Amino acid sequence: MSTFPQAAADRAKLTIRGLDMTFRAEGKEISVLENIDLDVREGEFVCILGPSGCGKSTLLNIVGGFLEPTAGTVTIDGEPVHGPDPRRIFVFQERGVFPWLTVEGNIGFGLGKLPADERRRRIDHYVRLVGLTGFETAYPQELSGGMKQRVEVARALAVNPDMLYLDEPFGALDSITRLVMRGELLRIWGQEKKTILFVTHDIDESVQLADRVVVMSSRPAHIRRIVDIDLPHPRDLSSRRYLELRDSIFGEIGLAHKI
Amino acid sequence: MRSKKTNRPASRIALSLSGLAVLVVLWAVAIRLSPGTLLPGPAAVLRAIVEIAQKGFLVKHVVASLFRVTWGYLLAVAIGVPLGIFLGRLRRPEMAIAPLIEFLRPISPLAWIPIAILWFGVGDLAAVFIIFLASLLPITLTAMNAVGSVALVHWNAGLNFGLSPAELARKVIAPAILPQLIVGLRLTLGIAWLVVVAAEMIAVNSGLGFLIIDARNAGNRYDVVVAGMVLIGLIGVGLDVAMRRLERLKAASWGYESAVEGVAA
Repeated sequence: MSTFPQAAADRAKLTIRGLDMTFRAEGKEISVLENIDLDVREGEFVCILGPSGCGKSTLLNIVGGFLEPTAGTVTIDGEPVHGPDPRRIFVFQERGVFPWLTVEGNIGFGLGKLPADERRRRIDHYVRLVGLTGFETAYPQELSGGMKQRVEVARALAVNPDMLYLDEPFGALDSITRLVMRGELLRIWGQEKKTILFVTHDIDESVQLADRVVVMSSRPAHIRRIVDIDLPHPRDLSSRRYLELRDSIFGEIGLAHKI
Repeated sequence: MRSKKTNRPASRIALSLSGLAVLVVLWAVAIRLSPGTLLPGPAAVLRAIVEIAQKGFLVKHVVASLFRVTWGYLLAVAIGVPLGIFLGRLRRPEMAIAPLIEFLRPISPLAWIPIAILWFGVGDLAAVFIIFLASLLPITLTAMNAVGSVALVHWNAGLNFGLSPAELARKVIAPAILPQLIVGLRLTLGIAWLVVVAAEMIAVNSGLGFLIIDARNAGNRYDVVVAGMVLIGLIGVGLDVAMRRLERLKAASWGYESAVEGVAA
C-alpha cells in the first residue's frame, strides 16, 4: 500500500493563468514563456520538464515571487503572488546553503522567531530526517555535494512550508547520489505532505518522482503536454508502464531513443 | 587538503625570515667593503634604536603614529563600510558615484596636505584627516565590491525566509561580505600606515615620520633616519600579521577555502 499523500481531488493549490515573460536585453525583446496555464493540486508532486535554457527555471522563479511576469497571474490559495513568502520555500542547487553557517545554523536559519527549545527540537528533527546526524557543527565546505543538498532541503522543511520549489536540485550530483536523493525526497514527501514543484531536464527523474509531468517546449516555452504518471510508489524502474511513460515523453520531446 | 600545513610552523617562520637575514648580511658586508657616509650600517642603526629608546622617544613616537592611524583609519572604516554597502546594493547611486571615485583615485592623499593644513592647522587633526582620506576610498570600494558579489541565491534565500531589510543585512549581507572585507581592511591599514609617516613629515612634531625628518634637519643623523625606517617596517609587519589573524576566524575562513569544496565525505 502506498503511504504517499493522495492529491486532494479538486482543490487547486496553485493556479497559473496566461503567463507571459519577456526579457529585454540590448534593445531586443526575448520571449521566454508564452501563455502558460497550469493548476497544481494540494499535496501534488509536479515536475516541470524541458530542455536546458527553455525558461522552466524562469517559470519557477516567477511562481516563487522572485520575478514579476510580463503578463498573466499566479495565485496560491486564491491570493496573487507578489514576492517570496516563507510559506513556500525555494530550494536552489547546492550553492544555496550559507557557507558561513554550520549544518545546524543553516537548518535553523528560518527559525529565528521560535523559542530556543522549539528551535532546537526542530533542528534535531530535520538533521535526523535528512541523515546528517554527527555533522551538526560541520561547515558546508566540509560536506559533499549530496550532503549540502540535504542541508538545503532540511533548511526548507524546517520552517514547515506548504510548498517546496526545487530548481534542478540534484543536477550537480553524481548519478548514484542523485538516485539516493530522489528516494530521500520521496520519503520526505510521503512524511511531510508538501505540494512540490520540481524543475528538471531529466526525463527519467521526472517519471520517477512526479504525479504529473509538465513537458515544456524549447524557448519561448509553452506547455506541450501534461503527462499523468499513474504509477504507485515505490516505482519499479523496469516495469512496462514506467518504460511506456518514459518513452512517450522521449517521443514528445522528439528524441530518438538510441545513441 | 592543506599542503602548506605539512610544513612545521618553526620552519615556515625560519623561511620567511631568511630573506630579511640575507638583506641584513648583504647590507653589513657592503658597508664593511666600502665605508663612507652614504648609508649607516646595521650595527649603527641598531645603536640608534637603542639610543632613541633610552631617551624615551621611541614609545612616544610610535604611540603618536599609531594614535593618528587608529583614528583616521577607524573613522574611514566607520564611514566607508556602510557607504560601500549602500552604494553596492543600489545601482543608481553607484552609477552616479563611480566616475567621481575614478577621478579621485589617482590623486595621492599627500596632495591634500596643504588643504588639510588650511582646514585643520598644523597638528594631529590634519594628519588624521590625511589618513582618513587615504583609507576612505579603498575601504569604500572593498565594501562596494563585496556587496556586489554576494550570491543572488543567498539574497533570494534570505528574502524567501521572510527577513526584514535589517535582518537581511545582519544575517546574510554581513557574513557574506566578511571574508572580502577583512582582506580590504588589512590592505587599507597598510595604506594608512604608509601615509601616516608622510603626513607626519610635514604637519606635526611627533611620530615616526617626524623622527625621520627631524633627525636629518637637526644634524644629519642618518643612523636615526634609517632607525625610523626600520621601526616603520617592523610595525607595518606587526599590523599585517595581526590583521591576517582575522582571516583565520571561523566566520571568515570559508571565503578563502572555496577551492577545496566538497572534499570530505
